[in-house]
Amino acid sequence: MDMVQTEKLVFEYEKRDEEGNVIGVSRAVDEVDIDVQEGQFIAILGHNGSGKSTLAKHINAILVPTQGTMWVNGRNTKDPGELWNVRQSAGMVFQNPDNQIIGTVVEEDVGFGPENLGVPTDEIWQRVEDSLRSVGMIEYRHHSPNKLSGGQKQRVAIAGVVAMEPKCIVLDEPTAMLDPVGRKEVLKTVQKLREQKRVTVILITHYMEEVVDADKIYVMDHGHVVMEGTPREIFSRVDELKSYRLDVPQVTLLADELKKRGLKIPDGILKKEELVEALCQLN
Amino acid sequence: MSIKLEHLNYVYSQGTAYEKKALNDICIEIPHGEFVGIIGHTGSGKSTLIQHLNGLIRATSGELYYNGENIYREGYPMRGLRNEVGLVFQYPEHQLFEIDVMTDVCFGPKNQGLSADQCKERALEALRLVGLKEKYYNVSPFELSGGQKRRVAIAGVLAMQPKVLVLDEPTAGLDPKGRDDILDQIAYLHRESDITVILVSHSMEDVAKYADRLIVMNRGAVMYNDEPKRVFEHYQELEKVGLAAPQVTYIMHDLAGRGIPVRTDVTTVAEAADEILRAVE
Amino acid sequence: MVRDITIGQYYPAKSVVHRLDPRVKLVSTLLYLISLFLFRSISGYLVATVFLVTVIRISRVPFSFIVRGLKPVVLLLMITVLFNLFLTRSGDVLFHAWIITITEGGLVTAVYMAVRLIYLIIGSSLMTFTTTPNELTDGIEALLHPLNKIRVPVHEVAMMMSIALRFIPILLEETDKIMKAQIARGADFESGNIIQRAKSMIPILVPLFVSAFRRANDLAMAMEARCYRGGEGRTKMKPLHYKHRDYTAYAIVIIYVIAVFAIGRYLPLHIWIF
Repeated sequence: MDMVQTEKLVFEYEKRDEEGNVIGVSRAVDEVDIDVQEGQFIAILGHNGSGKSTLAKHINAILVPTQGTMWVNGRNTKDPGELWNVRQSAGMVFQNPDNQIIGTVVEEDVGFGPENLGVPTDEIWQRVEDSLRSVGMIEYRHHSPNKLSGGQKQRVAIAGVVAMEPKCIVLDEPTAMLDPVGRKEVLKTVQKLREQKRVTVILITHYMEEVVDADKIYVMDHGHVVMEGTPREIFSRVDELKSYRLDVPQVTLLADELKKRGLKIPDGILKKEELVEALCQLN
Repeated sequence: MSIKLEHLNYVYSQGTAYEKKALNDICIEIPHGEFVGIIGHTGSGKSTLIQHLNGLIRATSGELYYNGENIYREGYPMRGLRNEVGLVFQYPEHQLFEIDVMTDVCFGPKNQGLSADQCKERALEALRLVGLKEKYYNVSPFELSGGQKRRVAIAGVLAMQPKVLVLDEPTAGLDPKGRDDILDQIAYLHRESDITVILVSHSMEDVAKYADRLIVMNRGAVMYNDEPKRVFEHYQELEKVGLAAPQVTYIMHDLAGRGIPVRTDVTTVAEAADEILRAVE
Repeated sequence: MVRDITIGQYYPAKSVVHRLDPRVKLVSTLLYLISLFLFRSISGYLVATVFLVTVIRISRVPFSFIVRGLKPVVLLLMITVLFNLFLTRSGDVLFHAWIITITEGGLVTAVYMAVRLIYLIIGSSLMTFTTTPNELTDGIEALLHPLNKIRVPVHEVAMMMSIALRFIPILLEETDKIMKAQIARGADFESGNIIQRAKSMIPILVPLFVSAFRRANDLAMAMEARCYRGGEGRTKMKPLHYKHRDYTAYAIVIIYVIAVFAIGRYLPLHIWIF
C-alpha cells in the first residue's frame, strides 16, 4: 500500500531583490518521483540546500507542489479539503528542539496534538502516557521542557507526534542540532517505534551513519533525486557521494580506500564488523 | 601568547540552592601556536572553561595567566585581553546585526578604537581568510545562506586580529562538506597566521585530524590532556563518559584482536589504510 | 545557565488554596481587592486582616515569601504615605513645625491608604504564589469565554499568553548568549550617556528580534503540523471543573464580602482618631 507517492513534483519560489521585486524563479524541487510503502524506513539524504527539507515539507502539506502531485495515504495534498487528513496521517518532527515544543510542561505538550484533533479528554491522557512510554520519557512528564537536554526534547517532540497516531512520521533533520549522545537517543527511539508501532518512517538527514538500516535511500542534489537504492548500493559509490557534498562513515571510506589500493573487499561495507570480517577472510 | 590555568575553579549560583561546581581544579598550559582540541560531553564544563579564557567569566578561585600575567590581578585590562583572545560562540551567525556584511565585520575593530580605514582593511583581510566572495560584502548578512553567515561571523572575530582563536563547535549544524570546509579553513589559518587555535568539538574524528593536543573534560575536571593518539588509547574509558574514539581506532583494535598485526594508535582513515596494507602484505 | 523564571513566583506547596480551581482564585482576588474599598473604619480592616491571615495560613506559603513581594513597592508605599500625611488638610491639626503640618485627616488617610496598598499586593501575590502560570491562563480563558459571543478571540489570546510564558526563559537565555558574543567582540554596554547606552543595545536587540521571529515561524509550522487550527473543535487535556471545595470557597468569599461591608460600615469601633 502506498504511503507517500509523488509524481514529477516541482516546487518553485520567486527570488526577490532588496526592494522586493521579483528577479527570477528558483526550483527548490525539480521533477522528483519518490515512492514510500507502508511500514518502510526511507531516508532522504542531501547537503544543505539540496531541496530535501523542501521536499519533506510537502509530505504534510506545509508546502504544496507548484507542479506535479504529492499523494499521502491516497490523498492529494493540493486538495484543501484533505489538509487535516494529510496532516494527521503524516506527522512531522523538526530540527530545532525548542521551536516545536508548545507546552510549559512535558505532558501538556504531548497532549497538544490530540487536543487539536478533538480527542476526548480521557483518551488524550491514555495517548499521552502511551507515547511518553514509547519514547522513554514517562518519568519526565511533569517536568518543564527547559530543563531537558536536546535529545530529550526531541524525544518529547516525537511523543507529541506519536500521540496523534499518524501512519507515517517524517523527521526533518532531527539530529542536526544535537550532540552525539542526543543523536543516539533519538535514533534508538525511532528504531524502537518502528518495531513497536510499525509506523512508516521518513528520515531526512545529511549524516550517512543514520541511514544504515534504511530500506531505501534517495540522495538529492539541486532539487533532483540523483541516487536511489538500498544502503549497500549507495554507500559503495563513495566518490559520487562526495561529489554531492556528502560523507560516508569512516569504515566505508576505509573500505573504499583499501579497495582502490588493490585489496579484495566486497562493495557496500556499512559497519565495522563487516570490514573486520572481510579483512580476516583475506588472511 | 601562552595561556596557563592554575587550580581554576568555577561555581555557579554560589550560596543559593542551585549551587553547582562547573569547573574543578583545572590545571592546563597552552603554549603559543598550538592547535588544541577540547572535547567532552554536554555539561562537562568545556563551554564554561573557554569563557574564562577571554575573561567573560571570572573564576571563583585559582589563577589564569595570559602571557605570564595574572588576569585576575588588580587593574588588569580585560578589554585588552579580549583583543588578543577571540571567542567564536556556537552558532555565531546568531550575533549578526548590521545592515551589511562589511559593517558587521568592522564592529570588532571599531570597538578596538581603530580608524574607519583601518577597520575596512582588517575586515577585507578577515573576509578573505574565511573565503567569502567579494560580491557579498555589501549585502545584508540576513540574505546569506547558513554557511556564509557563519563565515561572516567568524570573520567578525578574525578582524580583531586575535593571537588566540577559540571556537566553540564551529561545525555545529553544517553538512559534511560545510564541516570540512570550515575546518580546513581554520587549519589553514593556523598555519598561515601563527595563532593559537582552541577548538571545542563533539566530533572525535574532526579533532583527531587537526589537533596537536586534546584536552578531555569530564564533569568539570580534566580527564586527559595529551596527543590525540595517546588519548584515544583510552577509548574504553572515553566510552564510559559518553565519548568515543574515531571509528577507525575501533576497527584497528578489532583487527588486532583477531590476530592481524596492526598498530592500534591510528586515528585517521589515511593512517588506517596505510597500516592495514602494511600488515596484510 | 537556564534560568527558569516564573512570572509572579509560583511557590509549590500542598494546600487547599493551591488545589482550588484557578477561576475561584481569580474571582476571589478581584472581590477581595474591591472589598478593601467598601469600608473606612477599623472594624472593617480587622475583618479584612483576619480573612487575609487565615488564607495565608491555609496556603502554606511562608510569610517571608509574601513580605518579599512587597519589596519592589516599598518606594511607592512611602511616597503615598508621605503625600497623604503632609498634604491632606482635614480635621484637627496634630503636629505643626515649620512648613510641615500633619492633620488628623492626613494621618487617617495615610494609614488607611498604606494598609490598603499592602493588602492589595499581598492579596494578588497570594494568587500568583498558589496558581501556576498555565492554570492562570486556563482560568482567564475559561472566565472570558463568554466574550467569544462578541467576537473577542479569547482562545487565541490565551494561547498567546501561554506561548509567551513558554518562551520567556528561552529568549532570556538567548539574550545572555548574544550579549556575551558581542562583549567578546569588544562591545561595551556599561559606559556612556543615555543615548550611547541605548545605541549600544542595537547589537543585542536586532539579533534577538531576528531570532524571535525565526522561532515564531518555526513554531507556527510545528503547530500547523500538529493540526492546530484555532480554538474550534479543540478538546482540553486538563479541563477546568468545579469541585465541592470550589463552591465552598466561593461561598466563604461572598460571606466575607458581605461581612466586611456590614461590619465595616455599621459596627462602630473607634480607637483614637481612627
